[in-house]
Order: sequence, then structure tokens, then C-alpha cells
Amino acid sequence: MRITLLSGFTATAFILAMAACGGGSTNDGPPGAKSTPPGAAAAETKAPSGLITAADITLGDIDAKMVDSGKGIYELKCQACHSLGANRVVGPGWKGVTERRAPEWIMNMMLTPDIMLDSDPEAQKQLEECLVRMPNQSLSKADGRNVLEFMRTL
Amino acid sequence: MKRPLAYSGLGLAAIAGTFLLMNTLPGCRPSTNTATAVTGDAASKVYVKPGEHDEFYNFVSGGFSGQMAVYGLPSGRLLREIPVFSVDPESGYGYSEETKGMLTTTHGFIPWDDSHHAELSQTDGVPDGKWCFINGNNTPRIALIDLGTFRTHSIIEIPNSAGNHSSPFTTGNSEYVVAGTRFSIPMGSDAERDVPIKTYKENFKGTVSFIHPEPETGKMSIAFQIATPGVNFDLSHAGKGPSEGWFFFSCYNTEQAYSLMEVNSSQRDKDFIMAVNWKLAEQLAKDGKGKRVPGKHHSNWWNHHTHSTETTVYEDVLQLDPKDHPGLVYFMPCPKSPHGCDVDPTGKYIVGSGKLAALIPVFSFEKIQAAIAANDVEGDYAGIPVLKYESVLHGEVKKPGLGPLHTEFDANGNAYTSFFVSSEIVKWNVEKLEVVDRVPTYYSIGHLTVPGGDSKKPWGKYVIAYNKITKDRYLPTGPELSQSAQLYSIDGDKMELLLDFPTTGEPHYAQAIPAELVKPREVKFFKIEENKHPYVAKGEKETKVERKGKEVHVWMTTIRSHFAPDNIEGVKLGDEVYFHVTNLEQDWDVPHGFAVKGAQNAELLIMPGETQTLKWVPTKVGVVPFYCTDFCSALHQEMQGYIRVSPANSNVPLTGYTVSVDAEM
Repeated sequence: MRITLLSGFTATAFILAMAACGGGSTNDGPPGAKSTPPGAAAAETKAPSGLITAADITLGDIDAKMVDSGKGIYELKCQACHSLGANRVVGPGWKGVTERRAPEWIMNMMLTPDIMLDSDPEAQKQLEECLVRMPNQSLSKADGRNVLEFMRTL
Repeated sequence: MKRPLAYSGLGLAAIAGTFLLMNTLPGCRPSTNTATAVTGDAASKVYVKPGEHDEFYNFVSGGFSGQMAVYGLPSGRLLREIPVFSVDPESGYGYSEETKGMLTTTHGFIPWDDSHHAELSQTDGVPDGKWCFINGNNTPRIALIDLGTFRTHSIIEIPNSAGNHSSPFTTGNSEYVVAGTRFSIPMGSDAERDVPIKTYKENFKGTVSFIHPEPETGKMSIAFQIATPGVNFDLSHAGKGPSEGWFFFSCYNTEQAYSLMEVNSSQRDKDFIMAVNWKLAEQLAKDGKGKRVPGKHHSNWWNHHTHSTETTVYEDVLQLDPKDHPGLVYFMPCPKSPHGCDVDPTGKYIVGSGKLAALIPVFSFEKIQAAIAANDVEGDYAGIPVLKYESVLHGEVKKPGLGPLHTEFDANGNAYTSFFVSSEIVKWNVEKLEVVDRVPTYYSIGHLTVPGGDSKKPWGKYVIAYNKITKDRYLPTGPELSQSAQLYSIDGDKMELLLDFPTTGEPHYAQAIPAELVKPREVKFFKIEENKHPYVAKGEKETKVERKGKEVHVWMTTIRSHFAPDNIEGVKLGDEVYFHVTNLEQDWDVPHGFAVKGAQNAELLIMPGETQTLKWVPTKVGVVPFYCTDFCSALHQEMQGYIRVSPANSNVPLTGYTVSVDAEM
């Protein structure tokens, strides 16, 4: 099931990874992005243990307090590699990231990058472009959720 | 040269003759046939599969290296060499602005030492895996290694001491670790210390110190010091069980010689083991019975939050004089310049190892107490009662070998004693005083270790020999050869040689502990949120460059794989540049290095979440590179930067920045 899904998406995913890491920012509805029917990916592929699923995240109205906290964490642990613009520094720029990636995918990259880089085809494609493994910056689940909230404002 | 040459010559001849005689004793000559010493399945017993962990950590003193090495057992793999008393340019230990303080003493900055005895902290008389202590023999110090970080966490200097050899052995709950001076010296005011060497008997004194490590912080301070007659203190061990509350120190040179010691301090048939009632000393100190005497010393402590050394300077020390406090200190005669002073797991027996003796005396704590109660003394030595040898003796192990040095124990009532001269380990039964087995070592064993072998509950399984000489054991490496360790199984009735491995520096005492007691303590990185270094940059947003007179301070960060700032301009000749480098990584095993061309001190290795500072004084005008020395990612080779140095009178504004070709906000 998983492999079928992967090969089916290879071509677009590759282009998108290029977009994420390399330069452009066109969005044609990548796998795992918001435009995918909610829960579709999760239903078809079992997430490796330790990963967050879509059901674990509830997005409501933007919470200003969470945004503030997320911004602080960004400046301490993320800013060295990620700009708030569209383009890459070491990793992809964050502008519009919540349009390109599903919230659980973003959370999983923040909290457990090693699991993602070992198991998630999208994360692996991104690594092929960026060449630096996304470091585990030791974020708690709440930290990650706050950063996600901050990303939603970008 | 007061003694006639002929006399000295006779003395030497007598010693040589004794050794010659000893070497002709049957059963004492070591076998040199390695093939017969190793059995067929030895390899499988030490093989640790790739990716698997060893069963024990082995903490081994580095001797003249001043450091402590950590090996895995049974594989003998070197896991780490921990910088303790000697500087370490690869990590910046002793060079970075933060770590320099760890090596300061009242003699100034002492960047080396001679580290002899590793001793694990204990709870209820059993090693607990929290700390490992090690002594600096030369400029008297004790270091405490934190086994969460495997780093030197504190170092205390020992005042009124000249060579800290009988150290740093611990009481059963690490209330104290001890330090006894190897060399006695004149103490007190300048006038009292400036005396002719030949006035040893009148003016030279010894001390033993009890150092308290604070359980929460690991900060060390001297609780009290006991003044002693002028002799040489050698080794020591705490009592346990019934002898809990007592400490035993071997001492030699009761002749009080001060020249040609190898002869002149070997004249008496017996020297002493000194028994100290430390519980009484503790009470006396608490009751204000001690006297504060001059004894300036440093206590250096690593603050995990500021990632910096904090130094406390003490001007004096609390001293107790046993002459004022009957019952505090006793001497027990012990044959021939005793070296090892070891207490068995039951705490009932104290083993003295006279290094020139051909027997091993074993003292009984019960008999010591009875002799004290009955005032069964043969006299006094400088005012301290000397108990009768026969009255305190459990018995002697007869003809065990030549040159006994040290003894460790298993949990089955056996002792393992190293013999330097006959180059062997001898196993003997403590109750029966009977030799049960012996194996050769290659060559000239000094210390030995059984996991938990000086504690209440030895784990046993192995005995490890630490040898002074390797000769033909390894591929030759010129005139200087490695020292070595040898691992023997002690599971069966017969000791069985399993493995040789070379060691760093010269191994003296070592200890081993099940890995499971240490592994859960491991710190994987320092939390950046908790970093309170005065020059931390918590994120690239806080990086900056500032001038304070001739000092230029750079708040710099590292993350895979770049520095920020990585372009610095406006530094002038005559400036001192301080690179305060914060590693923003928050994952295990991701240090970054920092190295700048022409640094006259060292490089830095900065652990995740840590800030360390390298001072750099440019000597030439130009653009100078700096880079990361620890391969950190596929783009490690790109992790670099430039600092521009202009003439002293230049007007280049001071700036630090990074330039990204395509980052847009």
C-alpha cells in the first residue's frame, strides 16, 4: 500500500521537494498537503509508531499566545536554518509552509526528524535537496504545536 | 653526604641480595610462555559484537598523562579519555576561558599532573555510578568526574600536603574522600617552612585530609585535616560494616629519612598502618575542637548552567592534632614499607602489603578494637600509640610471592594480590590465609581491579592487571612502549587470562562498575533554554559583535552547518578577540568545533546547547579563516568563516554578519 502510494507520487513529490528546498514556491497540491482529503493519507498508510497523526491535531482560530511562544522557539532553535521567507537557507523557508504540508507532517518533522528521515518519502526527498539532516532540536509536543501555530500566520 | 659510601653500598647490596634470593624461590618466577597462559575459548569470552555494549565501564587512571581513561569490559575497547589535570587542546579543556579556572591553584595555573587512583562514589558501601574521583599526585589535588557528562566537574587543592598519593579513597556513602601527603614537609609560617632538610625529625610533619563532596552539587571542601608525625603516606581505604567509621592509611619511612630513601627508609623491620577514627574526628570538628591553621587552597567547580568554572579560595583549614585527642589515631606495625592498604568486603580484615616483604599481614578489626580497649600497646611513635603487632593480627599469608602491592576481593571470601617483583596475581582465602591459585602477568603488575573489588559487594567476574612493562607484548613502537591491562576471568576456581589491551598513560588504580548503573545517567545535550552563560546567543537573532576597548567580543552560534556571524570585520592589530560560541544543536552527538588560524592556545569542541570561549590575539593584518573541526554534516566542509584584521590605526567599522544569497523575508 505504502509503496504504491509512493511511486504514484514520485514525480510531483520530487518537483515539490525542489520547490521546498531550492527556490520556487508553486503549489500543485502535494501529497500530505492541505488539499488532500483530510485523513486520506493516514487511512492508507499506517504511521510508524512515535509519529503524530492528523487526528492528534486540532486547528482552531489562531491563538495569539501560542503564536508568541512559537515565535520565541523559532528564534532560539529554528531561525539558524529556516527563513520566514519563501526561500531556503539550510532548510526550506517557512512562508506558506502550512499550505504545502499537512500539519501532522510538519509536527513530525519538528519532533521526530530522525523517524521521518528514515521512513517518510517526502522527508527523504527533501533531504536529497538540502543534504543536511534536519536536526532534532528537542522540542516538546507543546513546543511543536506552538511553532505550528506561528507558521499558520506566515 | 654524611653517611660513608661504603655503608650505602652495603645497603644496596643487601637489597639486591634479597631480590636474588627471592627470585630463586620455587613457584615465583612468571611463565613467559603465552601459549600456555591462554585457553582456546578466551576470544569468545571477550568478544562484544559490533553495535553491542560492554558489560562494565572500567575507569583507569592515566598516571603521568594526568587524565582518566574509560574502557569497556570485557572488550578492552577505549571509550574515552577524560581530561582531568592536564590540558587537552582537542577539546579546549584548560584553554577555553571557561575551563582555565579548573586548573588554577595557589601555585597559579598548573596544566598537568600525575593521576593515580580512580575511586567511584559509593552508597551504602557499594559503587553507585554517580561520580568517579581521581587524585593529582604532584600538585596535591582531587578531581570529581561527573558520570552524567564524563567531564571533570570539580577539583580541590589540598593544602599542607606535598604529593597526594594515598587518595582519593571514599567512605561508604562518600561523606568524605581522603588525601594523605606522600612527602612530609615543614608547615606554618615562612620562617617555619624555611628550615634545613636535615632537620626532618624536628620540623617535618604530615597530614591526612577529609574532603566532603556536596551530594547535590559535587562542590568539594575540606571538612578537617589531621596532623601527623613526619612520615610518607602511601595508600588508604575506609572501613566498612563493623569497621565503618574508621579509615586505614599505610605509611612508610618511619625512619624519617630524607635522602637515599630506597635504602635509608627501608631500615626498620616494620612501618605502620595508621588507623583513624573518622567518626570521632567528625564529632570533634563539629564540637569546635579543631584549630584553624594556615592552608590556602582553591576549590574549583563547574557550573552546568553558566558552562563556566567557579573558584572559591580558602585561606585556612580546620586541623585536629591527635596528641590532643586520645582515641583518634593509632599505629599498627606492618612489615617492610607497606604500600596497599585494603579492607575486605566484610570489613573485618585489613590487608597490608609490605612491598619488600615476603608475606602478607592481615589485621583483624575486632582485635584492633580489643587491643585499644586493653591498651595493648608496644609504645608510642611521636606521641601516637602503637598497638602490638601480634595482638591485632588475624594472621599472615606465608610466602605468597615477591613484592606484594595491592589487594582486591571477590564476593566469595577470596583476595587477589598483585606481586610486582614476581609479576603475578595470587588468589588467597582471607579467612584461611591460604594461597589457592596464581597466574603470571606480562609484565610487572602494579595495581589490579575486581569490579566492586574494594566495596562491600564485589561484582567479581574479572580481575584486571595493570602492568608497568610490556616489552614484547605488542608491535614495537621505538624506545617508548605502552603500558597495559590484562583481563582474567575469576568465575572458576582457576584464574584464566582472556585479553591484553594497551592503555593510555600509565595505569595505576582503576575501578569497574556494571554499565547499567551508569548508562541511565547520561546527559545527551545541554538544554539551550537553561544556558546562563553571560555571552550566550540564544538563537542567531542574538548574535552580535561588540568592542570593549581593546577587546572584541563575538556572540557566535553554530548549527549544521554554518557559523553566525561568519564574516567579521573591523578587528585591529592589538585587539584581543573573544569568540563566544554557542552550539544551538539540541540533539545527541552533535558537537561543533571552532578553530581559527594562528590560535596560540587551542581549538574548541562545543557540545550541543553549550557556550565556550576562545581568546584569539591576531598577529598579522589580513583575512583569516575559521572553521568547524568536528565533521558535522555533509556540508561540514562548508562550515567556515572569515575574520578581517586591519592595521591598528584603521577605521574599518566593527561588523559581524552572514549573507544569504536567496533568503528573503
